[in-house]
Amino acid sequence: MYDIAQVRKDFPILNRMVNNVPLVYLDNAATSQKPASVIAALVDYYEQYNANVHRGAHTLAMEATMAYEEAREKVAAFINAPSPENIVFVRNTTEAINLVAHTWAAERVGAGDRIVTTEMEHHSNLVPWQHVARTNDAELRLMAVGPDYTLDLSDLDELLSPSTRLVALTHMSNVLGTITPVKEITEAAHRVGARVLVDAAQSVPHMPVDVQEMGCDFMAFSGHKMAGPTGIGGLYISPDVIDEVEPFLRGGEMVLEVTYESATWNRPPMKFEAGTPNIADAIALGAAVDYLSGLGMEQVREHEIALTGYALERFHELEDVETYGPTDLSVRGGVVSFYMSGIHPHDISQVLDSFGVAIRAGHHCAMPLVRSKLHVPATARASFYLYNTEQEVDVLISALRQTMEYFGDADARQAR
Amino acid sequence: MQMPDRLDDLYKDIILDHYRRPRNEGLIPDPDLQSTGFNPFCGDQVVLTISLDGDGRISKTGFEGEGCSISQASASMLTTHLCGQTIEEAEALVQTFKGVMQGDELTEEEEDALGDIVALQGVREFPIRIKCALLGWTTLQDAIADYRKAQDA
Repeated sequence: MYDIAQVRKDFPILNRMVNNVPLVYLDNAATSQKPASVIAALVDYYEQYNANVHRGAHTLAMEATMAYEEAREKVAAFINAPSPENIVFVRNTTEAINLVAHTWAAERVGAGDRIVTTEMEHHSNLVPWQHVARTNDAELRLMAVGPDYTLDLSDLDELLSPSTRLVALTHMSNVLGTITPVKEITEAAHRVGARVLVDAAQSVPHMPVDVQEMGCDFMAFSGHKMAGPTGIGGLYISPDVIDEVEPFLRGGEMVLEVTYESATWNRPPMKFEAGTPNIADAIALGAAVDYLSGLGMEQVREHEIALTGYALERFHELEDVETYGPTDLSVRGGVVSFYMSGIHPHDISQVLDSFGVAIRAGHHCAMPLVRSKLHVPATARASFYLYNTEQEVDVLISALRQTMEYFGDADARQAR
Repeated sequence: MQMPDRLDDLYKDIILDHYRRPRNEGLIPDPDLQSTGFNPFCGDQVVLTISLDGDGRISKTGFEGEGCSISQASASMLTTHLCGQTIEEAEALVQTFKGVMQGDELTEEEEDALGDIVALQGVREFPIRIKCALLGWTTLQDAIADYRKAQDA
């Protein structure tokens, strides 16, 4: 296990005071903090070798190109992609999913075909499929969330019909923390000839992920949730499907030969990266991957399992607080969504902020799940990362007790 | 662990009181004006209904909502101030309140017009919550706009 005190020193922001108390950052499912090495990689690029990539033969251009492609190699190795050409740099998970929706799915999902997704998706893995289904006259079906907050697989065989073209599902719910059986679902989907897209925005930062073992066709993830900068993310496209995917954006960089009448496409991944890419942030994402690999993703996962277990124990000491998500820690990430009867999550978040504690309040971009399945208007959510400690959980719990006192006892609140 | 004082500027007693015991709760049947406001950022919702008397003055208000204390208390306080007002006067009140939220200094007359609503001034120190405080008020604006459209039609 890594030395948590040492790890915390790697993150400059964790020294910050908020409202005159130390920051307790528990909003990691929204975005993670960045180690000094990632910040230094950004500065180094801009101070030492800022140049455009894949063109120009001068020293800076070559250094920038090499660093950019080296970052792609690091990301590929991190998720065990067969080759760096299977990694496309995009802005974030949302853009990665939209790339697939606007290219592969727009062409390959026909009238009467079916797309299957789940009730626990982030809007970014639901709304694009609603659009494809509507424009292509296809059907959108949902895998249900069971009472234990895991996916209900009992009707999987019915959902996966011969007309199913795509299964799009999350690897880890950003609201419930549920880790889904992606490998099992992928195998079942492939048996009926459907492709599988995995939203790995919450899993890649927090646990070992191996795309070849998983067997999926597409996988989307964001750099900023995995200790990297904002504005950079990745789309993995498997060798099986990559020739079925047309370009998303057209222009420079992505072409081989251009005449006034037509153009031919460059090889992947360039085919999918039109225009000057986000060079600096891609390189810094490479630094983030180095940082995570240095700690070891098994260790990160182990740390978060222990911390989540501790947090759930402490939460259960609180009366009138409902928590959501699987109780089996082997299928749960470091996310605790909760609801206190009579106190709106926004007010909880406000009071916690005055104690330096940063959590998220709202529907977490999963409005149908929060409203129709959890039956609350919004939840508060604490989410952990590799640098969080049990002491920070203790601060959270004490601050929650203060919140309850501030807003009056439970009876008074329920009388409202 | 002590509760920080600055929170008391936000959660003034009168605000918590309106949150716990909202005034004019419940919708009016067959209202002359109505609208639903929604703040997708935090999921706050307010449904506002208003009846007019023969002179076009507001005679009755009713609201229902779900959301944080600021959004619900603000809507509740708003409803208590509308009775007897013309639509134009209600609009002026909305403008004054929006000005308060934007940091405008109040004239004595405006302060009198707002009455206990002035308690919501503390929200200005928490810019992210201003949207919550404004929800009931923008809902009223929408209701007025819809009403005028229907009158013109």
